[in-house]
Amino acid sequence: MIIDVLSWILLVSGGLAGIAGAVGMHRFPDFYSRLHATGITDTLCAMLILLGLGLQAGLTLAAFKLALIFVFLFFTSPTASHALANAAMHGGLKPKLDSAAAGNKP
Amino acid sequence: MIAFIYGIILFAFWLLLSGHFDPLLLALGLASVALTIFLMKRMNFIDYQCYPLLSLRFPAFLVYIFGEIVKANIDVIKRIMTFKGESISPQLIEIPLPQKTDMGRVIYANAITLTPGTVSVELKQETVIVHALTKEAADDLSSGEMARAVPDQVIDKAEGS
Repeated sequence: MIIDVLSWILLVSGGLAGIAGAVGMHRFPDFYSRLHATGITDTLCAMLILLGLGLQAGLTLAAFKLALIFVFLFFTSPTASHALANAAMHGGLKPKLDSAAAGNKP
Repeated sequence: MIAFIYGIILFAFWLLLSGHFDPLLLALGLASVALTIFLMKRMNFIDYQCYPLLSLRFPAFLVYIFGEIVKANIDVIKRIMTFKGESISPQLIEIPLPQKTDMGRVIYANAITLTPGTVSVELKQETVIVHALTKEAADDLSSGEMARAVPDQVIDKAEGS
């Protein structure tokens, strides 16, 4: 019962984190800052939802496989984000920078 | 020695994935692990570069990075919800890459990208260019706290590789 409640809390807050990421993706001004918003969906949202599902599964092989999904997600999602950002930079897309910091651009 | 540790890890992995305990399947699993280790040795994959993953600092780093991820997530979510045009201050900064091994660098760059608010855009020989969502995130990263947490072991690569 307690585990059920806990896992539902985790699942719902994971869903809310996903929504926050989606909202951020639409509100942020340019490509690079939107990439940060999707980072939320990649990390916190996936973390909470997988943890909630793991609590539902209990100590079984299914829980282990969920943990494995988690591990692989944490290897692949930053690689994908980096590839996107790198491709955009090489493609010549200029990020909208804060005007105060525009001077010390590398 | 390292190959043996890998073998044990791989076999435990195989056991957990399959969930079968018949002698025949166990033998087949052992054979496949042995083949994998053999191929890894042939491809020279087992070398000094893998040491950061086996170092004792790696679990501590995992704990640290999860704390950082949660903190950064809460910060970015707050900024999304209170976004009025100036709650973000995107920066493009270049920070040093102090790791000696390639694996250490990969871990560091991935850790930067994993924490929302900072994305590693380009890796160079000595530095990494990072796009940060806010000035605070950029300053946080420039302090080099995360760089010090990354496991990075240098083994004398005179032998073998």
